[in-house]
Amino acid sequence: MSIVVDLRDAVVVFNGFPALAEASIEVQRGEIVLLQGPNGAGKTTLLRACAGLLPIVRGEASVLGVDLCVDRQSVRPRVGLLGHANGLFADLTIRENVLFWAQMVGASEAEVVSTLQRFGIDGRLAEQKVMQLSAGQKRRCALACLVVRRAELWLLDEPHAGLDASARDEIDAIIREACAAGATVLIASHELERARGLATRSVSVIAGRVVS
Amino acid sequence: MSTQLSLGRIARAVAAKDLRIELRSRVVINQIFPFAGLVMVMFAFALDNDDVLTRVAGGLVWLATLFSLIIIIQRSFAVDSADGALEAQRVAGLNPAGIFVGKALAVMVQLVTLEIMLFFAAVVLYRVELHSDGAVLLVTCVISATAGLSFVGTLYGGLTAGARGRETLLPLLMLPVVAPVLIGATRATESAFMSGGAAVSDGWPWVGVLVVFAAVFGLGGILSFGSLIEE
Amino acid sequence: MEAQTFTARVATPTTRLVGAMALVSMAWVVIGGLFVTPRDVDQGDAVRIMYVHVPTAWVAYLAFIVTAVASACWLLSRKHSMGFDRVAGASAEVGVVFMAMTLLSGSLWGRITWGSYWAWDPRLTTTAFLLVTYIGYLAVRGLGGSLEQRARRSAVIALLAVLEIPLVHFSVLMWRSLHQKASVLSGDGDIKMDGSMLTTLLVGVIGFTLTFTWLVLHRQRVLAMQDAMQMTQLDAALRERANESENKSVIESSRLK
Repeated sequence: MSIVVDLRDAVVVFNGFPALAEASIEVQRGEIVLLQGPNGAGKTTLLRACAGLLPIVRGEASVLGVDLCVDRQSVRPRVGLLGHANGLFADLTIRENVLFWAQMVGASEAEVVSTLQRFGIDGRLAEQKVMQLSAGQKRRCALACLVVRRAELWLLDEPHAGLDASARDEIDAIIREACAAGATVLIASHELERARGLATRSVSVIAGRVVS
Repeated sequence: MSTQLSLGRIARAVAAKDLRIELRSRVVINQIFPFAGLVMVMFAFALDNDDVLTRVAGGLVWLATLFSLIIIIQRSFAVDSADGALEAQRVAGLNPAGIFVGKALAVMVQLVTLEIMLFFAAVVLYRVELHSDGAVLLVTCVISATAGLSFVGTLYGGLTAGARGRETLLPLLMLPVVAPVLIGATRATESAFMSGGAAVSDGWPWVGVLVVFAAVFGLGGILSFGSLIEE
Repeated sequence: MEAQTFTARVATPTTRLVGAMALVSMAWVVIGGLFVTPRDVDQGDAVRIMYVHVPTAWVAYLAFIVTAVASACWLLSRKHSMGFDRVAGASAEVGVVFMAMTLLSGSLWGRITWGSYWAWDPRLTTTAFLLVTYIGYLAVRGLGGSLEQRARRSAVIALLAVLEIPLVHFSVLMWRSLHQKASVLSGDGDIKMDGSMLTTLLVGVIGFTLTFTWLVLHRQRVLAMQDAMQMTQLDAALRERANESENKSVIESSRLK
């Protein structure tokens, strides 16, 4: 088993505030790790730091074998971050959105079609503009983008927020499937009951630190 | 695992995406084009003299283009920022030079369409006469000036996208930079119109300035866009 | 927790010496410019504006060159030392002030000698654009984000300004030369400089340059202290969060049981 995320005493500063305060966490390939903790504890910052978006001020951090203190760029194509925003183009259809990301990595159109099918957003639904979709459909579309991008590490920030029960089940199924296909997943969630059933392990993020 | 594509393919996909969004939403066509036309009419109100209007028509066309450029650029990045798609592109590690060229290309297409409309308006409203002698000069001038404007606009649009006070910061940063384009394109256009007795041949040195400008900022954008859109 | 006190001291023997020399030379300029030097045959007393105008213009251009060089140094140096970024920022701040003074003194001078505040002369126009460009540069420095990102972004903008300025200058130059010569400049009577005038002007340039150096040295040290203070505050905040985290995890674990 290889280590995908390895943070040691990592400090990340956000607007002068140590949002991550000497946090340490180790995640193995294929794990689904749940990050739980109160608002403002640093869950989102932890995910964004793993995506190579935020500079590591002190400590060590490596993701997918890339040292983030030295290089925060080269890890990005292999990581998928789904934050509070879905990152979709509202005027484009589901198919066009997914196709855009497929083009970016050279994935084939067939791959797009099969992904849309598996996610249940194919057929007539795929030709709908994103702005006309429900929250759950948008979230599925965003996850489909991560799949065609072949992200190896999924960083999901509150993926269940704002969805109804059946949409949440669908999201869970997608995450399990991705994990089975070899992806590693970090989820920040308030839906503890649901997320615990999904996760292989859960840790608490408290005041900028990771507590097992 | 995922391979990084060439700049050209990313640029093409980004440009196609931006243009498709524009064709769907029609914000530029339904709002910015009428705005630019309105500006042309307002100039006529302000100057209130047919001879003066004909004389300065070239400058007014390019001034209206500059005003529209500001909103086209803001629109171009608003589409990306609305649901975090610009961040998604950054997170995905897409070659920023590809994003830069792609967005600039899309802006270029929109600007050229706008300029054709504005020249048409100048003929109708300002009684400008187009001369076949000046046609080549005019086309070259439009292409080179538009390229320069698109590169500068995309560069500073990317820098200010997501920043607080971006609506005001963008013109402050961008307008001083595009001053040479305004001067150069206006003179070249006046030569092509032969307004005020200008000769067509006078316009060509200005096209040289425009080409140099576009090359400098095209290259500058390709090299620096990644550093500018990083947060 | 013990309170941390800072002794804010940015002066060193070097800056004191520079400051003293600046004071002496500025006093010399005031006395020389207002009393020792003669009036100009054509311009009368108005010529005395020159002793402020020329040195401030020189300092402003110098400041922007320093900003550009420091920005390039930051980008090219492997360590990306923040010192370069601070010098670039400090120099641009001082440069903007001096450039504004140049334009102000210049337009007053122009009003007296040419009869108009402004002429579309290439040098004037470029200077005005330079001022706006560097006001924009300072706005970019204020955009926020991490120190490193501020440094990278503003360095790129500073270098783009270096590309932009010759383009602006050249196009304005071409614009004016293709049209009529600016009429206000045609009566451009060369000021005949005697020895005392030249000396005073030279001392003025030296004095203003020393003032610039003094200001930038102090300003960049203040900036360095601000950055250092952020780091000290970070230490304190880290300790605080560590305590918080311990307390909370005790509560959390008792709650879960």
